[in-house]
Amino acid sequence: MLSVMDSDSELLLRLRSGDERAFVSLVERYQEPMLRLAASFVPSRAVAEEVVQDTWLAVLRGLDSFEGRSSLKTWLFRILVNRARTTGSKEQRSVPVVDPEPAVDPSRFGGDGGWADPPEHWIEAAERRMEAGKLADRIRAWLGELPSRQREVVLLRDVEGMSSEEVCAVLALSEGNQRVLLHRGRSQLRQLFEDEFREVR
Amino acid sequence: MRLLHRHDLVCRQAVELVTDYLEGTLSARARRRFEAHLAACPHCTEYLAQMRETISLAGRLEPEDLTPQAREEFTDLYRRWRSEQQ
Repeated sequence: MLSVMDSDSELLLRLRSGDERAFVSLVERYQEPMLRLAASFVPSRAVAEEVVQDTWLAVLRGLDSFEGRSSLKTWLFRILVNRARTTGSKEQRSVPVVDPEPAVDPSRFGGDGGWADPPEHWIEAAERRMEAGKLADRIRAWLGELPSRQREVVLLRDVEGMSSEEVCAVLALSEGNQRVLLHRGRSQLRQLFEDEFREVR
Repeated sequence: MRLLHRHDLVCRQAVELVTDYLEGTLSARARRRFEAHLAACPHCTEYLAQMRETISLAGRLEPEDLTPQAREEFTDLYRRWRSEQQ
């Protein structure tokens, strides 16, 4: 775990002055998030690793020309996504974003549109298991099960904490499509939490 | 029981507005309507809390440590790049 989180801008300064530890810190911070994101565009883990490796080289080569108009993080992920897209898509990327799927299984509502099978409580149970360090791996696995476009948005917005503007820039999405994908992804994730904790009661 | 007005949201609609609500993209009028529904509906209030919790839990995932081998590889990568520069 990163004990002292240097800010990205500080790392950038150190990188530009030729500090190799700054580079390793940056890799430490973004290698795994980048691998996860790359995996959603390419057919295998091995290819994703290549894409990420290429991205790091491109980042080093581009350091001098990076103007800081976007955050370092947005810049990194943009390079990654561009490379991952050109390396090969495992699915039709041009499929338009449509949202036929409801956030909640329609059978859980009655004829009047109200809850017939209301959400079960799980927040406290999830918090306890997270505190005990036993939930993070499950969440990672669930993220991996989301449809790739939803996963990309949820990873960047909720796991990486990027703004919607940044995510739109990285993934070349409109605000509206970004929101639809975010909504679907988060809704499914919520359902997975509910399912998980329903079983342990 | 409270009478359902024509402009009232039902739960099935309310759950579809949660992300727009959290993103702050609802119109003032739609937001008031959504909040009025929440005030009268404990299940949708719970649902909204769960969506917030979902976001919060996802945001607490930490990057895993690099293996010593990976550290070494990236240090090498950096050094190779530096030597190309000179």
